[in-house]
Amino acid sequence: MRPLTLRSPHFYIPDASFAIANAAAEPGIERVVTIVPKQRALGHIEADTPHSLAVHFGADRPLKMDAGGAFAPLSIAYQTYGALNAAKTNAILICHALTGDQHVANAHPVTGKPGWWQTMVGPGKPIDTDRYFVIATNVVGGCMGTTGPASTNPATGRAYGLDLPLVTIRDMVRAQAMLLDHLGIETLFSVIGGSMGGMQVLQWAASYPERVFSAMPIAAAAKHSSQNIAFHEVGRQAIMADPEWRNGRYLDEGTNPNKGLAVARMAAHITYLSEKALQRKFGRNYQDREAPTFSFDADFQIENYLRYQGASFVDRFDANSYLYVTRACDYFDLAGDYGGSLAAAFKGTKTRFCVVSFTSDWLYPTTDSRAIVHALNAAAASVSFVEVQTDRGHDAFLLEVPEFFATTRGFLDAAARARGIAES
Amino acid sequence: MADRGEARRAALSRSARIDLLVVADMVEPKSRVLDVGCGDGTLLALLAEERGVDARGVELSQQGVNDCVAKGLSVVQGDADTDLGDYPDDAFDYVILSQTLQATRQPRKVLEHMLRIGRRAIVSFPNFGHWRVRTQVALLGRMPVTDCLAARWYETPNIHLCTIRDFVALAHAIGAKTEHSIALDRYGRPMPINAPWRVWNLFGDQAVFCLSRKG
Repeated sequence: MRPLTLRSPHFYIPDASFAIANAAAEPGIERVVTIVPKQRALGHIEADTPHSLAVHFGADRPLKMDAGGAFAPLSIAYQTYGALNAAKTNAILICHALTGDQHVANAHPVTGKPGWWQTMVGPGKPIDTDRYFVIATNVVGGCMGTTGPASTNPATGRAYGLDLPLVTIRDMVRAQAMLLDHLGIETLFSVIGGSMGGMQVLQWAASYPERVFSAMPIAAAAKHSSQNIAFHEVGRQAIMADPEWRNGRYLDEGTNPNKGLAVARMAAHITYLSEKALQRKFGRNYQDREAPTFSFDADFQIENYLRYQGASFVDRFDANSYLYVTRACDYFDLAGDYGGSLAAAFKGTKTRFCVVSFTSDWLYPTTDSRAIVHALNAAAASVSFVEVQTDRGHDAFLLEVPEFFATTRGFLDAAARARGIAES
Repeated sequence: MADRGEARRAALSRSARIDLLVVADMVEPKSRVLDVGCGDGTLLALLAEERGVDARGVELSQQGVNDCVAKGLSVVQGDADTDLGDYPDDAFDYVILSQTLQATRQPRKVLEHMLRIGRRAIVSFPNFGHWRVRTQVALLGRMPVTDCLAARWYETPNIHLCTIRDFVALAHAIGAKTEHSIALDRYGRPMPINAPWRVWNLFGDQAVFCLSRKG
């Protein structure tokens, strides 16, 4: 097993699953931080034995997949917050983004960091768990306990790897519907999600309109653009170009394409931020030095930041899973499933929609959200649309942006009144 | 709901936007309404509570949209000049534009879109033919500043002001039929129905028109 070597003098390696060794310095480099995986990464342990609730569907309840055929067995890992009311009318499904997971409002079992939407979801928060019953699942193809490429295939005793059929957004949503059936929840008070989560929200509204009372697609798009696909392809190629990837069988061979996955994350991370926010946060600032070192060391703060983002990501995410979830987004084209008409996807819908975009989001820009709003208007749907002014880019949907939070609270409060959900 | 509507009506009748009550009275109960430039959603909320209409809105300001969303209204952030084209034909029974026409870049196009999207268009606007306006221009030689047109010429959002007669001519030009029309005095009170046009055009502070497509 080759260690991952990061040649940065002040590189913070946060995860305890790695042993950190200070090797002798090479000329021009203060020190070399060497990371040696001690064992199967914690993230990979979560794939089979998640720190969350899980339901297992056997061969009698297969998942119909767009790639063809019925898939079984299937595990769905999920978390819940709050309590389901007697009438079962207060359930909210939260759909996570590309590399998110079901740990919305609790400490992450691998990183120990707060849940990814802990500012939005909780007692007294806009998505108020004193009032609503919040469900969050890990998507199919993920790596936090729902069946994905890192899960063990019971037929072979090895990880599925690329033997897992390609997953689509619709497959993810079908699996979530299976979980709701299992939980005995007929209708969702709301389906909410940002980015890839927003795609699932749109798919929910199109596939199961009668099960969705309200829907909030945030910083999302009804289809992946050429540019979106291009960035994802860069990430996938970075992973597959890593010799440790071993044609996707790295878990069998005890290797790990951490370098490729880290580069994929670095490239993607740039698309989550706005140029202005990058400039404000990092500018051309040097990382703990006064002048350039005339080397390929991380002289600039932004380099150090991206390397950190890449290195911390590999601790919690599986490389093959990254291939699957990015591919699911690329294949997403909701209008394509309805004869090219997005309005047809929402025909006759009774769902109340609130579409949110952010001004500085160039990954899924406001024009993408407007296309959704246009289609909803054409379908005579009840739709609100808010474009939130912020310079924080696509990632704004994960941040505590006051206008965004006020919109969410207002929309849900009004929908809850219409649904007759008691105040907390 | 009706009680809340009454309270809102009472509050509005004391406010500077009495024209909204006149607009509201032109709307049939249980109809589908799009309010373009709906502000904080006061009119839409009144229509929803008092008349049970399916109320939708378009509003430019984020604060306005947020206020509307918090009221439970379906409001889209958008611009009358650029975003009405997104709506399909005959989507609404009424499309309302209150005190906004004069601030649009292309009033004629906006009005045509309103009559395409809705069976009826209800438009309220300040009357530039009011005698106070006329006298300020004629006698003082200055651009008018009145209760209804409170901003100075270099600060006003109103770039396409018109008189009541101008509006009637525009309605005619685009082939619209006037279903109802009311002029309001400077206190927002409806003026006598049977007054001739030139009286309205001189004494009406603002006007409310309900138009429909001819034929």
